[in-house]
Amino acid sequence: MDFDLTEDQEIIRRSAAEFADEVLKPSASRIDANSEFPAENIKAAARLGFLGVLVPEEFGGSGLGHMELAIILEEVNRGCASTGVTLSVHNSLVCSPIVRFGSDAQKKKYLPKLSSGEWLGAYALSEPNAGTDAASISLSARESGSRFVLNGTKTMISSGSKADVVIVMARTGDAPGAKGITAFIVEKGTQGFKPGAKEDKLGIRGSDTSELIFEDCAVPASAILGRRGEGFKIAMSTLDGGRIGIGAQSVGIAQACLDESVRYAKERKQFGQPIASFQAIQWKIAEMGTRIDASRLLVRRAAFLRDADRPHTRESAMAKLFASRTANLCAFEAMQVHGGVGYTKEFAVERLFRDARITEIYEGTTEVQNIVISRKLLE
Amino acid sequence: MTSGREKGGIHSGGQPGLSQPAHGVYNPPLPAGKPIGPGRVWRFLSMEIAVLVKQVPDTAEVKIDPKTGTLIREGVEGVVNPEDLNAVEAALVLKARHGGCVTVLTMGPPQAREALLETLAMGADRAVHLTDKAFAGADTLATSYTLGKAVEKLGPFDLVICGRQAIDGDTAQIGPQVAEYLGIPQATYVQEIEIRDGVLRAVRRLDAGTETIETPLPALVTVLGSLNSPRLPTVPGIIDACSSKDRLSVMNAADIGARAEKTGLRGSPTVVWKTETPKSERRCEMLKGSPAVQAQALAAILKKRNLS
Repeated sequence: MDFDLTEDQEIIRRSAAEFADEVLKPSASRIDANSEFPAENIKAAARLGFLGVLVPEEFGGSGLGHMELAIILEEVNRGCASTGVTLSVHNSLVCSPIVRFGSDAQKKKYLPKLSSGEWLGAYALSEPNAGTDAASISLSARESGSRFVLNGTKTMISSGSKADVVIVMARTGDAPGAKGITAFIVEKGTQGFKPGAKEDKLGIRGSDTSELIFEDCAVPASAILGRRGEGFKIAMSTLDGGRIGIGAQSVGIAQACLDESVRYAKERKQFGQPIASFQAIQWKIAEMGTRIDASRLLVRRAAFLRDADRPHTRESAMAKLFASRTANLCAFEAMQVHGGVGYTKEFAVERLFRDARITEIYEGTTEVQNIVISRKLLE
Repeated sequence: MTSGREKGGIHSGGQPGLSQPAHGVYNPPLPAGKPIGPGRVWRFLSMEIAVLVKQVPDTAEVKIDPKTGTLIREGVEGVVNPEDLNAVEAALVLKARHGGCVTVLTMGPPQAREALLETLAMGADRAVHLTDKAFAGADTLATSYTLGKAVEKLGPFDLVICGRQAIDGDTAQIGPQVAEYLGIPQATYVQEIEIRDGVLRAVRRLDAGTETIETPLPALVTVLGSLNSPRLPTVPGIIDACSSKDRLSVMNAADIGARAEKTGLRGSPTVVWKTETPKSERRCEMLKGSPAVQAQALAAILKKRNLS
């Protein structure tokens, strides 16, 4: 048992940390204020090799695992959560399922472009009437000769309007519920497929969150990812990985909250001394630090298990649950440490407070994580 | 671009001697366009560059133990000295333009290996870790001797690049001393580098402006942080650096032919008598009253302290 990062993991972490400090942090507040999609950040991340972390080298990626991805995502999200979620979705919800379930032809076609950042990916599961109840999706894929015709709407799709490739879960009609779902890879520009309204959100305002509209959108049978009817299984297995990514994002946001709090508590003087000398502040710092450490360990354990190809549904749900709650607790306490100025846009904690909130909602709400975890514990 | 740059020669009071052909030119110009031998093509088309780096504690404010007067290094992460990264970047840019090979050297304890891996991940071709118990406790003279020996051993190099100074010791002595040891021209505080037809042109930042100098190669330059912005190691670069073992070699005193009495503590005439953190004695005085009254009060204070 060893809690140290390996030599290359440590250098990767530093590279990502420097990217976060030098590139992401300085632009985070502008990106937030203008709801600006962080295209430049994504390009820079691509140059550093952060877009094909999980993709094997033969397809132009780095051939690393979720551990390295979690290390990168934690640092990136410490700097800018809008950039962070875009990278998380691209790596763990798009590249990962293509690596795991894609045909050779699909891998050759998509992975090199996704790794280089030439193409950006999105993952479309949620619908107006199917969020937490994912098995009830109704977007239909009707078989017509050698093609499938997609009709319906997806909502709340991260990078939806920016993506060049979207993994779309659709009902192929073979069976009701989870069994009749098939995953398709749909390219931007396919006739009958277009992005709809863009959401105006509380936090991660630079991340693009869009509706996707499919109207008689015909795709070849070769667009099926994995096998017909396997979609729900692919969706859930993919989310097991995605939750590690959101766990890492949460740790990054929480760490940023702690860093800001420590800095401010040492600088800010009241009653003639830095507020860091008051126990009320010290206890907040201690609790934040301890919960962040625990979250990080949970995230890394889940990543370790996924990389070792061992069962990790419960562990990744636990990591996501605990880390996202930690991010919100840290955001709350960081604002409390800052007092009035923390409530203003002058200080990063105001943005962190809003950015943290989504981590308890997307890729499975806190409540869904509780269902997943308890089901595993009670089975 | 800095104003006042002219073609050829030294101006604006450049150091005398730099325009002279340097002694120790161990790589005389060859007939134009004729490649020589395996490995090294014509020297100015293919540059051999050495970069000297140091691993330093990752903090701009090095704390000093008030009791012992030594630097507190415990619990502080080691990183590549910031201006040394500018030196690596400069070397990589020159290599991209002229071709050649970038060799990074460091003298330091076993953990300094990580700093070298980082420079390999940035794109350096090879890295050499000089580590030996005999090197411990070296002052800048002994360090310069050791680095100079290694550069000689591993060379010939067309150019040696160093960061201006390390953030822990702040001496800025290593570069100049290595150049002296090697007997090659040096340009310090460099903020622009260009190499054309085998001549190095460097813009140096001085207190009152800049100075552009030219020198034949081989030469040594120490560079400023403003020279460039160092690239970050990429993930593929890191994987490559950490997996290919032959790019990083370790050498000890015997390997570089260093004499024991000239390295480490034994080779260090410097004795640190005392190191202390200057006490911060800043005082804050709040001025009150209307803006006009405050301005008058401020003017009076500045005048009183001869600051006006």
